Amino acid sequence: MTRKIRYLKDVTTLELFEEKCTGCGMCVVVCPHGVLAMDNGLARIVDRDACMECSACSRNCPEEAITVEAGVGCAQAIINSALGRSGDACCGLEDYSSSGSDCGTTANGCECEVPAPKRKRSGCC
Amino acid sequence: MSDLCCASSKVCCYDGETKIESIALTIDRDDLPASVIGEVMTSVGPVPRVSTEMSTSDRLGIWKLRWGIGRMGYTVPPGLYSVGEPDAGSDVLVTANYRMTFDLLRSCMKERNVWLLVLDTKGVNVWCAAGKGTFGTEELIKRIELSKLSDVINHKRLIVPQLGAPGVAAHEVRKRTSFKVMYGPVELRDISAYLDNGRRATPAMRRKEFPLAERAAIVPMELVPASKWVLYITLVVALISGILGRGTFFEDALHYGSQSLFALILGTFAGGVVAPLMLPWLPGRAFALKGAFTGAAAALLIPFFILTTGFELSAWTLITISLSSYLTMNFTGSSTYTSLSGVKKEMKEAVPFQITAVSVGLILWLAALFTAGGGTA
Repeated sequence: MTRKIRYLKDVTTLELFEEKCTGCGMCVVVCPHGVLAMDNGLARIVDRDACMECSACSRNCPEEAITVEAGVGCAQAIINSALGRSGDACCGLEDYSSSGSDCGTTANGCECEVPAPKRKRSGCC
Repeated sequence: MSDLCCASSKVCCYDGETKIESIALTIDRDDLPASVIGEVMTSVGPVPRVSTEMSTSDRLGIWKLRWGIGRMGYTVPPGLYSVGEPDAGSDVLVTANYRMTFDLLRSCMKERNVWLLVLDTKGVNVWCAAGKGTFGTEELIKRIELSKLSDVINHKRLIVPQLGAPGVAAHEVRKRTSFKVMYGPVELRDISAYLDNGRRATPAMRRKEFPLAERAAIVPMELVPASKWVLYITLVVALISGILGRGTFFEDALHYGSQSLFALILGTFAGGVVAPLMLPWLPGRAFALKGAFTGAAAALLIPFFILTTGFELSAWTLITISLSSYLTMNFTGSSTYTSLSGVKKEMKEAVPFQITAVSVGLILWLAALFTAGGGTA
């Protein structure tokens, strides 16, 4: 397996308020990058720079102990909003992808949520 | 009429009196995907059954979606579906109504009996839709109610893809519907192991990696729109050169147009193919930087493709590097690990560079156009 690709250091807006945490562990379950881990029955941020601000953890924290400015790390979307274009951006991989397994090949979906059939598709919509 | 379903509509007839809308409810029979091969009868009506086989047209459909060819039939009507012969105790897998997602999921369900609850994500995959909230708490709750799920099954477990978590608040769903959201694995290839393992995911199943195969799969999606731009720009360059150049219109258009085409293809290849594939091994962390690096390497090839003077060489070098940097920066949107804060930060630094490089490149190119005896290479 290749070494883990890392993105920029010290950029994430992720905050964990440990005093609110009751140790349910949901944030650890949903994080796709191992940013959080359980430590003595409570959640801890163990790999801050791996955070992609997807907000899965904060959304699934019943105690609202986690805050993060959610967003998609997508240059095209930022450009679109800067230019005041409508049509939001959605990027990223197919949720259920598979590389070389029996379930077909890796799927990527990056779709614009514009009514079909006339859809402008840019690299990341 | 007894408990026969009126095949003509979404309405089921029971004892001639009660009219209960079919469980498929929002699924118009005319809209059913081709993968539907029958139905499973439940206490509240029939549920469409889908095949676990991928037909040639399914595979072709996926291939077309990857290459961005047409957008026909990329959605599946939302609602409840079945695979095999599920009963009241069978698992419910929640998914998006993007056809590729749906097709890959059902093809992973061979030999299984499960329910598939398809949410209306407007034809967008789970992760993207979760980021927008269309694969979200509200839609999930609505779909649970519309499909009368609590009457179809006798348990309260829903298996939701982990990458749907940015849109779904499990505690909220539980509070409002009493259904317990269990997050399944990130990757579809692990779903069988997850189910067989008593709905438990290993730590590895909870991680979203970004392996080479996956990066390669996205390349065409990025390349198709970029290629269009290469052609547009080339045509504009050819037109301007033809008009402003010193030779005949056709000579200049061909000469400068072909130069532009070569340089832009190099830049597109460097930023749209090489950089994404070599992502982990390129210097720096910012995508724009990685792309500038492959662009610079590609620019070294310009003299081999294009016989140019100093001005033109500098111009196309700058434009190639800038284009490559931009395209790789755009790849952030298809990557699985970039954050909004991070992309904003790199763009603040990279975009001014890219714009400057292109502007200087254009000025140099115009300078070359006016100083060179156009059409002579």
